[in-house]
Amino acid sequence: MATEVVASSVAADDKRAAASHTPLLRREVLGPAAEAVVIPFGALVVSLLLFGGFVALAGVNPLDVYSYMVLGSVGSWFSIQNTLTRASPLILTALCTALPAQAGLMIIGGEGAFVVGGLAAIVAGLPLAGAAPAFAVQLVMAAVGMVAGALWIALAGALRHWRGVNETISTLLLTYIGIAILNHLVEGVLRDPASLNKPSGYPLPDADMIANIPGMDVHWGLVYGIVFCVFAYILFFHTTFGFSARMVGGNPRAARLAGLPVGRLVLIVTAIAGAAGGLAGMVEIAAVQGRASATLAAGYGYTGILVAFLARQNPIAVIPVALLFGGINASGGLLQRRLDLPDATVLVLQGIIFVVILASETLFGRFRIFRAKEN
Amino acid sequence: MAGLGIGWWGVPLAVAAGAVRAGTPFLFVSLGELLTEKSGRINLGLEGTLVMGAMSGYGTAYLTGSPWLGVLVAGVTGSLFGALHAGLCSLPRVNDIAVGIALMLFGTGLAFYLGKPLIQPQAPSLPAIQLGWWSDVAPVRDALKINTLFIVGALLAPALLWALRSTRWGMIVRIAGDSADAARAMGYSVNWVRLAATVTGGFLAGIGGSFLSLYYPGSWNEGLSSGQGITAVALVIFARWSPMNCFYASLLFGGASALGPALQSVGVTSGYYLFNAAPYFLTLLIMVLTTSSEHRLSGAPSELSITR
Repeated sequence: MATEVVASSVAADDKRAAASHTPLLRREVLGPAAEAVVIPFGALVVSLLLFGGFVALAGVNPLDVYSYMVLGSVGSWFSIQNTLTRASPLILTALCTALPAQAGLMIIGGEGAFVVGGLAAIVAGLPLAGAAPAFAVQLVMAAVGMVAGALWIALAGALRHWRGVNETISTLLLTYIGIAILNHLVEGVLRDPASLNKPSGYPLPDADMIANIPGMDVHWGLVYGIVFCVFAYILFFHTTFGFSARMVGGNPRAARLAGLPVGRLVLIVTAIAGAAGGLAGMVEIAAVQGRASATLAAGYGYTGILVAFLARQNPIAVIPVALLFGGINASGGLLQRRLDLPDATVLVLQGIIFVVILASETLFGRFRIFRAKEN
Repeated sequence: MAGLGIGWWGVPLAVAAGAVRAGTPFLFVSLGELLTEKSGRINLGLEGTLVMGAMSGYGTAYLTGSPWLGVLVAGVTGSLFGALHAGLCSLPRVNDIAVGIALMLFGTGLAFYLGKPLIQPQAPSLPAIQLGWWSDVAPVRDALKINTLFIVGALLAPALLWALRSTRWGMIVRIAGDSADAARAMGYSVNWVRLAATVTGGFLAGIGGSFLSLYYPGSWNEGLSSGQGITAVALVIFARWSPMNCFYASLLFGGASALGPALQSVGVTSGYYLFNAAPYFLTLLIMVLTTSSEHRLSGAPSELSITR
């Protein structure tokens, strides 16, 4: 019976496709994909216009702002490298929100995984530095950072599944706890007595730092992020595990009835997400800052949430969106210097984009052009 | 050096004083969030509202010289953010939790941007009532300095309880929160009821923010609020959507926040940052102990996405 119905509906589809002379692929697959690109892009344009109005209120010419944003993000080889460097942590912290979202969880504690991962990585790396080859030091640091981040976010996943604790709130609370632990250690046992004005930990020797990609002033962390995205995409969209995880996100009750191990899936997904956040923190420590300090909590985790939403929680779409926000962050310095705007200008722009993007959710499914023809 | 005169006794005293002082913003934000949640929506953006309230209140008090005008402007700013939240959420397919996260980031960013010139100047503080005139001991007098806003908040909790339980408006809010269909069937616009509840909730959260900048700690800087807003949201769940429980829970959280500074004042400085994180530990612990994955929380509005 069931197969009969399916067969007849497929036949009907074929007939319909043949009758309208439009190949199935064009409307039914490309339509939603185009919608997922066009609507966020439109929202982005609207956000930039609103932001222009906002800076105009502050007495700054919006056209100057736009041109400096282009100049500061892609205007020169230097700014392009700056954009790439700033995008690399965002790729990973965005995954920390995007992957659990596939399984129906709204995790906003990427900042916590970032801080805890970076902190654990440097704690594991310092005793090894000098004693082991740089490659081994980095491998251990990355592994420890990822495990720390994974445990951090998986804790929220476990609490959600077994105790019904809301994961959005718990991950944010965990972030504050993680930052407190960072400050506690940096001003306590980890503190390098040589750091007087700004308390920070002992530095990782230059030889053990993550190197730059040959020919560029951009570290390998960018590649780690892209590899992680591709891995996550394959895992979530081309494996049984990924299908199960997305089923939990789509309809938890159906997933449970189908006999899926929901608890284990939630744990694994949150652990992978946390590992991405932890790796981002490890890269920040081992490629950029070189030592633990309060500046580790610089907000990459929060921008990552926005990147994930703009990418519609798709791990591959995270890459271009992270590059976009890397560019916005990169141009922030130029806006500050040339136009005398406060450093929080970038935060305002990000906030406007976030709000407009969410408002644009309501437009999905409203435009005929993206829909399959209904006969 | 609050505890200098009376040694270790200064710690419980400072914690008790902190319960009242640091608890006041928790009280206002949680009552505001409670009202919003009773109408069936959760507003996670109150963290941003709190910071905007703190900034706008401080700015107004500095420019006009009147801290009370600052409190009012902070409330109005909070209402605007509430209106933005409710307006966005009334669009179909828009998720209230996501909008809350967006407004948290937007509010914080906007407050940092507009508040840049306010970091240096000193605005007038809100007045406090001295209830400790009978004591010679400075820490005791300090502890009994009660801010008027705390008294307002303490009166607001039973008032809100009464309003929700016994007035027509309270009933409409509760119906919208328990069954949108029932509210519609009775001829009420669910979106308008939630708009009103979120705007009022935002007003209260804005006032909570003004307390931070105008009384305690009493200045504006970018590190002013670190999670009080989101803690207050969690507090409402812990309080099982009861205004009086919100009041007690706010005192508890205020006391927890005061632990770090209190210990520091008697010379215990080693775990300062960890003690400062006490409210977050406490919130998480309480959420773990009091929620359940099997059955719904008692007292939860049925329409609330966070408990479904």
